[in-house]
Formats: sequence, structure tokens, C-alpha cells
Amino acid sequence: MALDKAAVAHIAALARIRLTEAELEPLAAELSHILMWVEQLGEIDTNDVPPMTSVAAMRLPMREDAVTDGNCRDAILGNAPQSAPEALRRGFFAVPKVVE
Amino acid sequence: MTVLTELTLAEARAGLRARQFSARELAGAYVATMEAARPLNVFITETPERALDMAAASDERLAKGEAGLIEGIPIAVKDLFCTKGVLTTAASHILDGFHPPYESTVTEKLWRAGGVMLGKTNMDEFAMGSSNTTSYYGPVENPWRRRQGHLGDNRPLVPGGSSGGSAAAVAARAALGATGTDTGGSIRQPASFCGIVGLKPTYGRCSRWGVVAFASSLDHPGPMARTVRDAAILLGAMAGHDPRDSTSAPLPVPDYEMALTGDIRGLRVGIPREYRVDGMPGEIETLWQQGVAWLREAGAEPVEITLPMTKYALPTYYIIAPAEASSNLARYDGVRFGLRVPGDTLDDMYELTRAAGFGAEVRRRVLIGTYVLSAGYYDAYYLKAQRVRTLIARDFAAAFGRVDCILTPTAPSAAFAIGEKADDPIAMYLNDVFTVPADLAGLPAVSVPAGLSADGLPLGLQVIGRAFDEATVLRVGDVVERAAQFTHRPPFIAGGH
Repeated sequence: MALDKAAVAHIAALARIRLTEAELEPLAAELSHILMWVEQLGEIDTNDVPPMTSVAAMRLPMREDAVTDGNCRDAILGNAPQSAPEALRRGFFAVPKVVE
Repeated sequence: MTVLTELTLAEARAGLRARQFSARELAGAYVATMEAARPLNVFITETPERALDMAAASDERLAKGEAGLIEGIPIAVKDLFCTKGVLTTAASHILDGFHPPYESTVTEKLWRAGGVMLGKTNMDEFAMGSSNTTSYYGPVENPWRRRQGHLGDNRPLVPGGSSGGSAAAVAARAALGATGTDTGGSIRQPASFCGIVGLKPTYGRCSRWGVVAFASSLDHPGPMARTVRDAAILLGAMAGHDPRDSTSAPLPVPDYEMALTGDIRGLRVGIPREYRVDGMPGEIETLWQQGVAWLREAGAEPVEITLPMTKYALPTYYIIAPAEASSNLARYDGVRFGLRVPGDTLDDMYELTRAAGFGAEVRRRVLIGTYVLSAGYYDAYYLKAQRVRTLIARDFAAAFGRVDCILTPTAPSAAFAIGEKADDPIAMYLNDVFTVPADLAGLPAVSVPAGLSADGLPLGLQVIGRAFDEATVLRVGDVVERAAQFTHRPPFIAGGH
């Protein structure tokens, strides 16, 4: 299916990627080209075929519900952007205000 | 005097154990070639001090008779593997400055087996690409060139991708072995382009824990090396069950070197008639037939098989892989690590960070993935692709009822010039036409250098095996290697020997 500029803008908003107006048209063409190419899968009858959920014929393992890791706050915060050093010092990631 | 960087991994290991040279000498030689290889842009991060420290520790263990499986062997690590305290970028701007506080399982196993870390290799951004040109850190150059003056074209060539830095490093003698990851062909295609051996193990054989995720149901870590034996040794050090990866297989790891018997008498080798594509050079077909002849001469029985879904593997892949990528890459939001571009609101910050942080190919795939998973399109695209994936796996299951392994070309062409195929994503995707099916089915497969193209570039043959039967894949690969006697060397050898 061919995507228009509005559709690309909508997808980009869902994907949280900011696009400029000038980028929409070329991206619409590129993405449409790829989508039309993958649509050849429509040639195959898959009515009685189950979708694959795993290549390995194994059940996902269960483990004991116990704490196996933790107490590493500083290691986790160690890669945080340095834009709000005071928040980091107090043990928080800082982001723009979300609640007024 | 022996040039240490010309030894195979197996030879270097023997030399270290016999104390003919020290791990520090070997590491020193590779630190020098790593530096000499800089014109190829192979490494994103070099860790020479760490290499020499690790080598010194190896020498102590060698002296005490406590050598591990790959004690003292210098290894390059694809920059997709998290390495504790060492910059890990996935070749993306969005991971700027990321120093993981943990070590991936595969690299931890390598270091525990005595491996020596040289540095982190360049790659396509987030492993999305077949040419190593999507890296934020610039393209890698293949150490091979077309024969001087061939059709007047001596442009630098791509090393393949996405594990292009690892492949070029091993080929140029800037590393003795390397880790790669293979989601659609990212170990085998660059191995073919650079004239080295690349092995994609069975899904679940090598842990994905600590490997930056691209498409979780398709990502396969594996070894890259100069010989099949070297790849077998490295796989033995990398493989094994890991409780931290829920898809890791709880199976014992065989001694893969023991599989290299040279004896393939009576083995049935499938030759899939669908592995011929439009525009494939005749010399690749010829090399493939040569491979069939080699295996027949060694006592194997070639069997024509059919894998009817082959032509649908790429479009299936280009729905499933972007879908999983769009989900996995949602974590790059500028909040906890990597790049942050400030914005007035939280959504502004997310959108500006991701717009600045992702390159064009990554952005394209995240958008495709978001679309095929979105309300109203999920069944038509994603679910449809997962059904076709079942059919692709069934093709292989039916074939493996009749044969023990499958022989194909690795890629439909030799290495191409940097910048070629850049304007058409689908032309680039077609590089992986022969490698993607084994990823979708999770099957082990190796690429072995088998000959040169008319313009002097390496071409690989691929052996695909049953799930968890890397041993047969390696045994057959070893026979191909012995028959091919591929002793050609790239024109660029780091250090100039």
C-alpha cells in the first residue's frame, strides 16, 4: 500500500521521531516502495498455517521468583545525561516536566 | 623469523603453549597491526592497554599451566557487544558516551577462556545494513581491491555488513579472531566479501545477553576467523547455556574441533534449486558447482532439493526484523543513557533525540516496523510474515529429512564499491537473499572462502545444517576449505607483511 505524507507523519509520531516537512515526501516514496515489495507475500496461501512464535521447539524456562540482582543505583545512573547533575546526585533521572 | 600476525589461531595457541613466544609479544604484534589498519576505519574503539594487561595475565596462567581454551588470543569485538567500562556504541550516534556497567555473556566467556580484547569494531548502525556504510563512525574499507586496473575501477570496496569491521580486521591481520552477530547475514556475507570464515550458530547456541538488541528472534552472535578450525575453537569458547537469556538452549557444547575429521563419506548434501537469482554472476554458479564437485570427490552424495519459499524469505525478513527493531529501539529515548537533545516537553525531547540519534537506515526500519505493527495493519503484514516464516522453516525441515546439510553460495555477488547500491534500499537488501533463510529458521550456517571472482575478489560458499548440528556444518566447511586451498591474501595487510 502506498503511504502519503500524512500517513508518514502519523507513523513518525507513533515512533517518536521528529521529521521535517521536507523529509515527509521522500520518506513516503521510500517506505511505499518497500511496502509494495513485501506485499508479494500476499501470493502465498497461509490460511491453515500458524504464525511462528519461536524457532526453537522449547518452552520458556521458569525460575524461582527471587531477587538475583540489585543495589547498583550508581552504576545505572552512571550513563545518564549530565543535564541535571543535582537530580543525579539525589538518585534521579531528570526529564522535562510532565505534570503541571 | 615468524610474523606472529600471520599465524592462524590454532597455530598461535600451539606456539603460546609451547612458549615459543609470549602472549604479550602476540598482543604487542596485534596492537601494532591494529594501529596500522586505521586507514580501513576498522575499529571504533581501540583498547591496547587492556590488551597488553590481559596478555600479561595470560602469560602468568600459561606459566602456571592453567591456560584456558583461547589463552592469549587477541580478539576484536563487534561494537554491538556490551563491554564493561568500555565505550559501546552499536555504531549509532544515539549511544554517545555509553559505557556499559556490565559485560555481555559471550565476551565474558571469551575473557574467561583467556581471550585478549583488542578493541571494538565498526559495523552498520544497530547492525542494520549489508555494507558497513550506515555507521555513524563512517564506512569501513575492505582490505581487498579489484585487480589493479580491472575495467579501470579501483574504488575502495565495502567489507559487507553488518559485521564489516570484524571481517576486515580479521582479513587484514588486525585481529586473530572476532565476534560478529548475524540477523540477516551479518556474519556470513562480510566473511564472504573479506575472504574469511564466518559462522552463524543455531539460534540459542550463543547467548544474546548483553548484545545490543536489533531483532530478538533473529539475532545470532557468532565467531569470525581466518580458518574453519579457528572458528570452531572460538565457537567452543563463546557457546553455552545462559540463564540470563530465556532463549538460550540448555544443551552441552561439543568439542567442535573434534568434528573436523575430513571424513564426509556418505553424507548427503542438499543442493537447493531455488538458490539462483536473476543477475547472479556466472562465476558464482560455477564456484557453487565446483563446491558440489569437491564434496562429491570427498565421498559425499549431492542431492537436489527444493526450498520453494526461498524467494519469500527477504520480504518476510523485512517485515519481522523492522517490527522487532521498532520495539527494541523504543528504549533509546534520551532519558537514561546516550544522546539527549533537550526539548520543552517530554515528547519533544524523545522526538528530537531520536531524530538526531538515528541514521537514515535505522529511521527507515523503525518507521516500517512501527507501521506493520500498528492497529489495522498487524494481521496483514506482521502476522502474515510470521505465517510465511513457519513455511520457510517447514521447507528446511522437509529438506533435512533427506539430507544432512545444504550447500549454497553465501552471497549473490562479490564486494561492491562504497556508495554503490546506496540509493535503492531493496537493491541493498538483496545482498542477503541466500543468508536470510537460515536466520528465519534459526539454523547454523558457515561461510567459507572458496575462490576468487574474475576481478580478484573473494567469494564464499555456505553450508547450512540442522539445528544444533554446528559439528556437521564445520566438518563440511573444513572439507570445502581443504579442497579450495584459498591462500589468496588481500592487497592491504596491516603492517605490510
